[in-house]
Amino acid sequence: MDFRAWLRRVNRNRVLFPIAALALLVVVASSLSPHFLTPMNIKNVLSQVSIIAILAAGEACVILTGGIDLSVGAVLAIGGSITAVLMKWAGVAIPWAILGGLTAGALAGALNGLMVAWVRIPSFIATLAMMAVARGGTLVLTNGRPVSGFLKSFRALAGYAGPLPILFLVTFGVYVLWQVSLSHTRFGRYVYAVGGNETGARFVGVNVRRVKLLVFTLAGLCAALGGIMLDARLNAAYPTAGEGYELDAIAAAVLGGVSLSGGVGSLVGTFFGALVMTVLGNILNLLKVGAFYQYIAKGLILAVAAVSLSRGVRFAK
Amino acid sequence: MAPDVRPWVKMRGIHKWFGGVHALRGVDFSVRRGEVVGLIGDNGAGKSTLIKILSGVFPPDKGEILIEGRRVRFRSPKDAKEHGIETVYQELALVDNLDVPANIFLGREPALVGGGSLLALLHKGRMVREARALLARLKVNIGDLGALAGELSGGQRQTVAIARALYTEPKLLIMDEPTAALAVQEARKVLDLVRNLKERDIGVVFISHTLQEVFAVADRIVILRKGEKVGDFPVEELTVDDAVKLMVGGD
Ligand SMILES: Nc1ncnc2c1ncn2[C@@H]1O[C@H](COP(=O)(O)OP(=O)(O)O)[C@@H](O)[C@H]1O
Ligand SMILES: [Mg+2]
Repeated sequence: MDFRAWLRRVNRNRVLFPIAALALLVVVASSLSPHFLTPMNIKNVLSQVSIIAILAAGEACVILTGGIDLSVGAVLAIGGSITAVLMKWAGVAIPWAILGGLTAGALAGALNGLMVAWVRIPSFIATLAMMAVARGGTLVLTNGRPVSGFLKSFRALAGYAGPLPILFLVTFGVYVLWQVSLSHTRFGRYVYAVGGNETGARFVGVNVRRVKLLVFTLAGLCAALGGIMLDARLNAAYPTAGEGYELDAIAAAVLGGVSLSGGVGSLVGTFFGALVMTVLGNILNLLKVGAFYQYIAKGLILAVAAVSLSRGVRFAK
Repeated sequence: MAPDVRPWVKMRGIHKWFGGVHALRGVDFSVRRGEVVGLIGDNGAGKSTLIKILSGVFPPDKGEILIEGRRVRFRSPKDAKEHGIETVYQELALVDNLDVPANIFLGREPALVGGGSLLALLHKGRMVREARALLARLKVNIGDLGALAGELSGGQRQTVAIARALYTEPKLLIMDEPTAALAVQEARKVLDLVRNLKERDIGVVFISHTLQEVFAVADRIVILRKGEKVGDFPVEELTVDDAVKLMVGGD
C-alpha cells in the first residue's frame, strides 16, 4: 500500500484533523501567552475539557447514528440538580445521590430514544422538546435557586490524583471504554451501520430501534454524569447549568471529524475536538475576549467546521 | 435426484396497499427447491413489493405464506432468514462505510464473548478469514478485503452482496435486479453463479429487466402487470415476444 492510501486508511474516521488543529492551537496559545503552558493552566484546561468531553462522547455517538441530541445541556442540569437535591435536601448518601442523578439522565435519554425510534419524531425536534422539559423540570425541582455547599467527600471528585484532575481521569476512562465498544463490539458496529445505511442495516436484521434507544440513553447518562461532575467542580448545582453546552458538544464532535450525516467519525477524534474547543476558549480568555463574543466565535467555528468537514465524505454511490 | 415437484415456498392471495396504491392484487407465487424462477414485469408492476413480502421486509395486507406446507409469518427479514430465505436487494445492498467482512457478517457477527448480545466482543479475525474463504469458494476476487464497500466498483459490490446472502447456505435466494448496474462481463458471472446454485438445490427468484438474461437462466417465468399475475410458464413454453406482450398488456 502506498503512503497516500495508508494515510487515507488511517484517517478513515478523520482523527488527523482535530489532532493537527490542536497542535496548531497549542503553538499559537503558547506564543500568545507565557501562562498557557504552565502546569496550573494545563490542569485547568484538563478539568474544563472533562465536562465538555463527557457530553461530547454521548453526542458523538448519537451523531454517528445519523441523529442529533439538543438536550444534553438541559439533561446535565437535571442530573446535576437531582444529585444535589438528594444530597442536600433529602440527606441521601453520596453514592445513592449520584446513582439517582445518573438514572434521571439515562431515563431522559431513553425517552429521547423512544420518541426518535418508536414514535419517529425527528431527533432534533424530540430532543428540543426534552431540552425544554428537562430545563423546566430542573427549575421546578430547585425553585429556580442554586443548591450549594456539598460534603468534602463529594467535592473531592473535583480534586487531583497525583498531577491529574480526577474529573479528567473519569472522562478519560469513559472515552477508553466507549472507543473500545465502538471499535470492537456489535453495538459499535451497528452504530456505524445505522449511520451509514439505516435501511440496509434494518434489512439484514439489525435492530435499529434498540441501537438508537441505547445511543440516546447513553447520551443522557453521559450528560447527567457531566452535571454531577460540574456540581463537584462548582460546589453548587445551578438550575441554569449547561445552557448552551449542546453547542460545545456538537462542535467538539464535528471538529473531531464526526460527520453530521452519520457513519463516519470516532471518539478519539471527538476527544481532540473537545480539547480544541476548550483550548480555544482558553485562548479567547487569555486574549480577554468577552463571554458574549466567545459565543459568537463558537457558533462561527461550528458553522465553518460543519461546512468544510462535510466535504470529502461522499462515498461512491 | 428426482426433482421435488411440490413447491418449497408458496404465497397465496397476496395483497398490498401503499396508501391508495394497490400494489399487489391477490398474487399467487411459488418456488421449488433447485428451481430458478424469473420474475418479470414493467416498472411499478409490484415485483419488488412481492419479494419484499417474501423476505420479511413488510407483511402482506392480505394473503399467506407457506413453507413446506406450513403457514409462516415473518415479522422481520431475520424471521425469513431463519427459514432459509436470503435476499440481495436492488438498491440498498451494502453499508458503504463498513469494510467487506463487516458487510458480509452484518447482523450475524461471530463473537469472541457475549454471543448474540449487543455488547458482544466481535471476532474480527474470524470474520476476515471466513469472508476470504467464502469469496474464494465463489471465485470472486475483491483484492483488499479492508476496503470500504463505498470504495468498491459496482460489480465488486454486487458480488459481495451475493456472497453475503450465500454465507448461510439458504434454501431460497432472492435477487432483485442483481445485474442492473453491471457490465456484460460481470453480469455473466452472476448468471453463472445462479446456475451453480441450482446444482446445490437452492431455489432462486431472479428479477431482471434484461429478458435475455431471465430466459437464459430461469426454469419458469412469472409475469406481473399492475400488481396482478398475468402469466406463469415453464421457460420452454414462452417466447420473449409473448413475455413482452404480457408485461405491457393490451393483446
Ligand atoms: N414503500 C412504498 N411506499 C409507497 N408506494 C410504494 C412503495 N413501494 C412500492 N410502492 C408502489 O407500489 C407499486 C409497485 O412498486 P414495486 O414493487 O417497486 O414495482 P417494481 O419492483 O415491479 O418496479 C408502485 O406503484 C410503487 O410506486
Ligand atoms: Mg423493483
